[in-house]
Amino acid sequence: MKEFTLRERMTMARQTMPEQPPGERRANFSEVNLGFTAGLAVLEAQRCLMCSRTVCIDGCPVGVQITEFIDLVAEGDFDGAAKVIKRDNSLPAICGRVCPQEDQCEGACVLARKGRPIAIGALERFVADYERLNGLMTAEPPSVRSGKAVAIVGSGPAGLACATDLAKQGHDVTVFEALHALGGVLTYGIPEFRLPKEIVQAEVAQLEKLGVAFVTNAVIGMIDTLDDLLGEEGFDAVFVGVGAGLPRFPNIPGENLIGVYSANEFLTRVNLMKAYRPDSETPVYDVAGKRVAVFGGGNTAMDASRTALRLGAEKVAIVYRRSEEEMPARNEEIVHAHHEGVEFQMLTNPVEFLGDDEGFLTEMRLQAMELGESDDSGRRRPVPIAGSEWTEGVDMAVVAIGNSPNPLLPKTAADLEQTTRGTLVADDETGRTTKEGVFAGGDIVTGGATVILAMGAGRRAAASIDDYLRGGVWESKPAGVPV
Amino acid sequence: MCIFEILEARDLAPDVRYLRIKAPKIARRRKAGQFVIVRATPDGERIPLTIADSNAEDGWIALIVQGVGKTTKIVNLLEAGDAIRDVAGPLGMPSRIERFGTAVSIGGGVGTAIAYPTAVALKEAGSYVISIIGGRNSSYVLLEEEMRAVCDEVYPTTDDGSYGYHGFVTDKLTDLISERRHLDFVLAIGPIPMMKAVAEVTHPHGIETVVSLNPIMVDGTGMCGGCRVVVGEETKFACVDGPEFDAHQVDFDLLARRNRAYADFERRRDDEMDPECVIGRSHTAPGATS
Ligand SMILES: Cc1cc2nc3c(=O)[nH]c(=O)nc-3n(C[C@H](O)[C@H](O)[C@H](O)COP(=O)(O)OP(=O)(O)OC[C@H]3O[C@@H](n4cnc5c(N)ncnc54)[C@H](O)[C@@H]3O)c2cc1C
Ligand SMILES: Cc1cc2nc3c(=O)[nH]c(=O)nc-3n(C[C@H](O)[C@H](O)[C@H](O)COP(=O)(O)OP(=O)(O)OC[C@H]3O[C@@H](n4cnc5c(N)ncnc54)[C@H](O)[C@@H]3O)c2cc1C
Ligand code: SF4
Ligand code: SF4
Ligand code: FES
Repeated sequence: MKEFTLRERMTMARQTMPEQPPGERRANFSEVNLGFTAGLAVLEAQRCLMCSRTVCIDGCPVGVQITEFIDLVAEGDFDGAAKVIKRDNSLPAICGRVCPQEDQCEGACVLARKGRPIAIGALERFVADYERLNGLMTAEPPSVRSGKAVAIVGSGPAGLACATDLAKQGHDVTVFEALHALGGVLTYGIPEFRLPKEIVQAEVAQLEKLGVAFVTNAVIGMIDTLDDLLGEEGFDAVFVGVGAGLPRFPNIPGENLIGVYSANEFLTRVNLMKAYRPDSETPVYDVAGKRVAVFGGGNTAMDASRTALRLGAEKVAIVYRRSEEEMPARNEEIVHAHHEGVEFQMLTNPVEFLGDDEGFLTEMRLQAMELGESDDSGRRRPVPIAGSEWTEGVDMAVVAIGNSPNPLLPKTAADLEQTTRGTLVADDETGRTTKEGVFAGGDIVTGGATVILAMGAGRRAAASIDDYLRGGVWESKPAGVPV
Repeated sequence: MCIFEILEARDLAPDVRYLRIKAPKIARRRKAGQFVIVRATPDGERIPLTIADSNAEDGWIALIVQGVGKTTKIVNLLEAGDAIRDVAGPLGMPSRIERFGTAVSIGGGVGTAIAYPTAVALKEAGSYVISIIGGRNSSYVLLEEEMRAVCDEVYPTTDDGSYGYHGFVTDKLTDLISERRHLDFVLAIGPIPMMKAVAEVTHPHGIETVVSLNPIMVDGTGMCGGCRVVVGEETKFACVDGPEFDAHQVDFDLLARRNRAYADFERRRDDEMDPECVIGRSHTAPGATS
């Protein structure tokens, strides 16, 4: 294999991942990104400078050994590379696809300054796909059993990651999921064209091989409380990873008109219930040839707008109250949305939805905004411009302005302390809550965040649950949360 | 994975089936007024159905289902020995059960099935319970025998006079009120226009009235917001905040409109659907008084 000099490496172009052409993909639900070929992956890996100060690793929330795995990719040992990643990240095929790499590993890469960071996410995705498609994923329940049983509530990335580690430690793990399908947001939220469901299912199948039991249709809090799980159901510890699934609405007149959806409902109908298929039993508003407005600037807004395009909408606009720079969505999704023809209506906020006599949405009243002083998060606060209101026709509106923690389970456990924002109080390092034997992590603790952060929290909690089960001492020092 | 076996299935009325389903855990936990979300086929829709009855010892729950569209019609094709793939629950807030002096349970069509468990619970709590069972005609008067076994008075009513009292449930209720009977509490469950009409009858008399709302649902866990209803100017999610609400505060017109969101889709999907007998259908529903 050809060895490149440092200088050569520094000047090589970043390999771009092949993708479906925009004109084609905006009419189908197949994955947009097609993934590196082995050749492209090796070329890209060879670009890595193998820095002695691994700033890229510092940029990854779970500390994936980036240099070590990229080195193996450069040598063509893709399976070995996958195994290296999996020491720190149990869901690389997923994270490679959905991590906001530009803010994390790739954002920290020294080559980012030249605008050409190593495509760490694409490489991660490539080796994980290689491993899966070649049947190289391994999972065997350890023969030494701990005799302890752990219940995991919620099958999103936090729950799945926690289950993986605990199963590997020889504990008996049961995952309870409220819906009929597993994967949390990975399944009902993120669309097929960005994260094929087959990948989530393959991860679940791995866990089954590790001996993890899954119980779907189990709404904890309703069918069993946490006390039931720890009591009559015989679990020694519980991990709560129920996510932030409560959709927020703007609280403006007309938001209950037909045609105004939360992003959760719209995406659930399309992703989980497969409403995009002609033979689906679940309806979704027929947007063919219609005008759609999506409110928000995060990944959820990008997903909803691109989903609406794929359902045949004639015009889809993202309406966001700040400017494009402030959008929290992944760069790639913003770029893809632009290419597919989504319109971006920035510095604009809805003030009212208007409908016809039958209660169907027909128009929206919008308002222009300008950026004022910076707020606590350091972003400049949008301020309405007085007298700037106007009305536009619209047939469907999707509200994607964020989700709050799901209150259903916390409501049924009085001894589980919550913050004023509705998140659970839990120690960041150990996941320990204020209730003995109960751990928590992911969006239910942080509020809506990212897959990798949820996964990391699940893994830290698993380590702490293992400690607790082996030592049996309950020590909880949940971080004091500002009220 | 759990499989929910059907232990018994029989007809109660034209298009209305009684299903007894093995679900030991749900049977142990459920309280009156709660529901389950059912998915009948691998790619099927999720639909909410009230738990009409249960037996914790024998481990079953009962559902009473009116075949109004594709999914309910599929469910109603099932026989004893068949299985339902997904049954999630119990969901929703339990009914508020108290000892009222006199409580009236009003059911219109299959709404009687939804009211039944609450009527039983009200009786058990020591209330004097009057039951009004409305139907379009005699064959839609449901659960009369069951209601007679638990209630102090039972009045079947039919729109066409083919059985019992000739008139709407609200006519019978108005009679009870004008007989100067003191009524402390009314529970009304049925088509939206019926519930709205009951609310209009009881409001001037200041009788506390509760209705069980049936908006379109998806997850049933508070995640999608599709089931939102407006109660006293406030938006609520019926699946977690309800389904029972103060009748005098509910925006029934909004609910009726929202339930028509997919009317075209439903018609296409099930062209032989009978528009006359849909719980939750506003304009042509049974027992409607408007
Ligand atoms: C549309 C969308 C797109 C996104 N895109 C990205 C992206 O590109 N990159 C990224 O990093 N992040 C993205 N996110 C955020 C990311 O998906 C979440 O941060 C992450 O999924 C949180 O994981 P979790 O395990 O904490 O919870 P979730 O994934 O929300 O899973 C929680 C699970 O618990 C279940 N549950 C809830 N209550 C109960 C109960 N009482 N009993 C049993 N089960 C229960 C739920 O049904 C759900 O399955 C996106 C989010 C959305 C909504
Ligand atoms: C809390 C609750 C409890 C209910 N309990 C019962 C019960 O015990 N027995 C019973 O027969 N019915 C009950 N229903 C109504 C039942 O869920 C609907 O009739 C069913 O979903 C219709 O589905 P379909 O595919 O057969 O008909 P569709 O063709 O989908 O629709 C027919 C009609 O039902 C309404 N509808 C459609 N989807 C839903 C949905 N997901 N939820 C509610 N309404 C819908 C539509 O507005 C339409 O008018 C209940 C509804 C709720 C919300
Ligand atoms: S897990 Fe995410 S942040 Fe970490 S290396 Fe992989 S893609 Fe980058
Ligand atoms: S910072 Fe970039 S170039 Fe340096 S080792 Fe990490 S990925 Fe390679
Ligand atoms: S059915 Fe989704 S929130 Fe109630």
